[in-house]
Amino acid sequence: MQLHYLTAHQLHDMLVSKQISAEELTRAVFERIEQVEDKIRAYITLTREQALELARQVDRARLAGEALPPLAGIPVAVKDNICTKRVRTTCASKMLYNYIPPYDATVMKHLNQARTVMAGKTNMDEFAMGSSCENSAFFTTCNPWDTTRVPGGSSGGSAAAVAAGEAILGLGSDTGGSIRQPASFCGVVGMKPTYGAVSRYGLVAYASSLDQIGPLTRDVTDCAMLLNVICGHDPLDSTSAPFAVPDYTSFLTGDIKGVKIGVPREYLGEGIDPAVREVIQKAIETYAGLGAVVEETTLPHTEYALPAYYLIAPAEASSNLARYDGVRYGYRAAEAEDLVDMFMRTRSEGFGSEVKRRIMLGTYALSAGYYDAYYNQALKVRTLIKADFDRAFEEFDLLLGPTAPVTAFKRGEKVDDPLQMYMVDICTLAINLAGIPAISIPAGMVNKLPVGLQLIGRPFGEGDILRAAYAFEQNTDHHRMLPE
Amino acid sequence: MAQYEAVIGLEVHVELKTDTKIFCHSSTEFGADPNQHVCPVCLGLPGVLPVVNKKVVEYAIKAGLALNCRIAPFSKFDRKNYYYPDLPKNYQISQYDLPIAEHGCLEINVHGAGKRVGITRLHMEEDAGKLVHQGTISSTPFSLVDYNRTGVPLIEIVSEPDMRSADEAVAYLEKLKAIIQYTGVSDCKMQEGSLRCDANISVRPAGQAELGTKTEIKNMNSFKALHKAVNYEIARQIKLLESGGKVVQETRTWDEARGETLSMRSKEEAHDYRYFPDPDLPPLVIDRAWVEAIKAGLPELPDARRQRLVTAYGLPEYDAMVLTSSRELADYYEECVQIYNNPKLVSNWVMGELARMMNAGGQDIQEVRISPAQLARLLQLLDEGTISGRIARTVLEEMYNTGKDAGKVIEEQGLVQISDTGLIEKVVDEVIAANPKSVEDYRAGKEKAIAFLVGQVMKSTRGKANPGLVNELLKGKLNK
Amino acid sequence: MISIKDVEHVALLARLSLTGDEKQVYGKQLSDILENVRKLQDLNTEGVPPTAHVLDLQNVFREDRAGEHMPVDQVLGNAPDRQGNFFKVPKII
Repeated sequence: MQLHYLTAHQLHDMLVSKQISAEELTRAVFERIEQVEDKIRAYITLTREQALELARQVDRARLAGEALPPLAGIPVAVKDNICTKRVRTTCASKMLYNYIPPYDATVMKHLNQARTVMAGKTNMDEFAMGSSCENSAFFTTCNPWDTTRVPGGSSGGSAAAVAAGEAILGLGSDTGGSIRQPASFCGVVGMKPTYGAVSRYGLVAYASSLDQIGPLTRDVTDCAMLLNVICGHDPLDSTSAPFAVPDYTSFLTGDIKGVKIGVPREYLGEGIDPAVREVIQKAIETYAGLGAVVEETTLPHTEYALPAYYLIAPAEASSNLARYDGVRYGYRAAEAEDLVDMFMRTRSEGFGSEVKRRIMLGTYALSAGYYDAYYNQALKVRTLIKADFDRAFEEFDLLLGPTAPVTAFKRGEKVDDPLQMYMVDICTLAINLAGIPAISIPAGMVNKLPVGLQLIGRPFGEGDILRAAYAFEQNTDHHRMLPE
Repeated sequence: MAQYEAVIGLEVHVELKTDTKIFCHSSTEFGADPNQHVCPVCLGLPGVLPVVNKKVVEYAIKAGLALNCRIAPFSKFDRKNYYYPDLPKNYQISQYDLPIAEHGCLEINVHGAGKRVGITRLHMEEDAGKLVHQGTISSTPFSLVDYNRTGVPLIEIVSEPDMRSADEAVAYLEKLKAIIQYTGVSDCKMQEGSLRCDANISVRPAGQAELGTKTEIKNMNSFKALHKAVNYEIARQIKLLESGGKVVQETRTWDEARGETLSMRSKEEAHDYRYFPDPDLPPLVIDRAWVEAIKAGLPELPDARRQRLVTAYGLPEYDAMVLTSSRELADYYEECVQIYNNPKLVSNWVMGELARMMNAGGQDIQEVRISPAQLARLLQLLDEGTISGRIARTVLEEMYNTGKDAGKVIEEQGLVQISDTGLIEKVVDEVIAANPKSVEDYRAGKEKAIAFLVGQVMKSTRGKANPGLVNELLKGKLNK
Repeated sequence: MISIKDVEHVALLARLSLTGDEKQVYGKQLSDILENVRKLQDLNTEGVPPTAHVLDLQNVFREDRAGEHMPVDQVLGNAPDRQGNFFKVPKII
């Protein structure tokens, strides 16, 4: 087995038992990057020298007999909308092609404290707006299982990097499915934590009330370990929840007897690829076989999640992205006549078409005369969607369904039809609107392409989700499959 | 010709005197070099988030209570979206439909007539940065931006359109300034921009119920400017209507040099600020206990203090009003009276000589070098007859310039009053001998002539002769 | 249906300058999307409060204590144009 395809917990044991050094591990990952990056194109920026230096520091500490934190020396791929001090952070946009943050996001501080080794910054849909990585201003990332297909998005770079062995762990961000959907497409584990569980400080905002950073990993144990590092209250983020972070690995018992799992009928209905539905049905049988109580349930407002999302997220985005104007940082159009001209040209040249589309949509939804009909109505529907989940969780410990209605699609297939592209997120959007946690884990294959199973939990119920995900993983082999 | 009535409302921005900005830990200190008091948050870098400074909320509640407002039990921050280079995020965090305080009022007094002016609302928001131009905004080839002021906490106080004249507008602003200063939440220095005022002005034929079209006047940097601008705008609107024209709803700027309000019309689209609740900031829930605790910490406010000065010291209403126009002035006055219990004499000197010197030097009472104790001592010396009123003025001037004690000034300059009858008598005799014309006039019934003779005596004693004694001796001799 | 005039107004509010083609395309796409979101209006939301924040947080404050400022060269480190320690922008009007 090659180092680059091992999990963080396996590698930690090897580092502790001195079978390998952190530097060897980092070199192995960079060798793998050299080998496959031409085909995959997961990274926008590689930080090889810095990574090797960090790895050597870990090795020195290890040789000096210091106890190593569980993720010390483990290479991590970081989505390029998470600010990294002195390392270019572009959001895959021409607008920030040269932007170098003077500060670290709170999650980066946590990763550095845990002594992980950042391998580089990964490709994404521009400003996290998209479901295929095709909205990157720089290049498209390919799905490691089939390079003619998309890796999903917007955290497609991190998902592809983990799937292709170009990193051991990945960080993504999820606003409407942007971690879970690429995890599903790339056959890895991806989790969107409860809103407020991970600090957003330093995450370049797309839709502030929905954005959440989370892990992309090769198995559930790694996911729990990475959550241990990144979760926690942050005084720099007013929407960060003050809660006691448990040891998430303590939930990985394998026992789910008597756990009540609801299957919302809306998640297996119209619009779901029958082959995907079949994989999910099999997963349901697996859970039943493990002693869980699986029953059908309903989330009646599911069909309203997509329209509500496409008002709330663009509205917030239109305001969040107003700061990109060419004055303080980033791209500025040359030779503007006056200020308004500079603003308009900078923004028109600096943003890609999907970003502009969402800014237009959000601006429209907030503008005079439309606020109540669109934005405020969407916020009310959000209340109803949240209430659906609250009701379901009175009866069930977890909800289960597909992560995405389809498997990875061909590049270019949906790029000209925004609505078709938006439909890819119909199973994930509502979870962001409700602010609750959910995971996508590999559940099988359809036509040699991975299918993700989504498990949804109560607010701050990450532990319960991980328990069920781990039990599934221990009793199936899907997570062991590797792309060629 | 129809009679017109002006309708005026004011929007006042007050900078709060906190150590740090409203949403980050950067300093609010005035006068730093450009872009020195800046951090990632107030610079609006990608990824940053705001966290509310608790003191800003406390100060806003305090100001709201002092202005008799109802404090909202539930309040929130909203984003006001518009593009301007002094606004790093291109939105301003402000409050829209749920301001922290509403429904207040304050009392003004213009030419002896009292009036209550309603306060619609008071809300919190962040200040913008500063643009520096070479020359004027329309002739400069480029502009420079300094973000030091970005994020400095402001409260905006919006009045009802209850004022009917420039005098009332000025009285309102003076009263508002006094009340806010009393609470200690702001310095309210118009010169430094910590108190700013915009006016909404319309006119209508007297007796008409509905309001006329209003204009908003900006850029009035002093009470005098406010007064002039309001009067100018009222006259402009009336003239426009009289000549059959229409008032255009627009923003106008006060041009101090030209003494006119000028239209700020631009190609800018109609304002559409697209307010929505700031998703980065959870709401504020303000319970009774918090409000009560802040209320308990409120100092005595101008109206109450004025009343007390009248009843406790027997001062005339006018004196009490002037002395309570700022907390520091009232403090100064009362401290002085504590030491030297002659309220009316102290009032006369504080409002008279001292105020004259302060006006001349453009200074506030806080900047005056004479302590209340020093002033009290001076007035004691006057009362005891050690110095004359005229000398006292000279001494005060010297104290004002040097900060020296009265006793020291008197000693250094040899200004002790001469009450030695023999000495004065000698001078009186000389003056009578030297001015036979005036003596004759007086004796012929021109009472006024004696003033000249007194003046001559004072002159030759360099003002040190006891004026009462001089009068007495002169009269005695002339009436012989 | 969104008119070209609406598109132009929104683009100005958002400080985006669009070509004639873009106006057409965005007009069409925005119309489609808005057609799709119109179904929200079918829902009776009378008495339903809007959810602006999913977490039940309130009164999140910091103390009024000063922290470190950025060194001025870092403040201006990413500036597209500067003069001295100011950010430099084209003339306003």
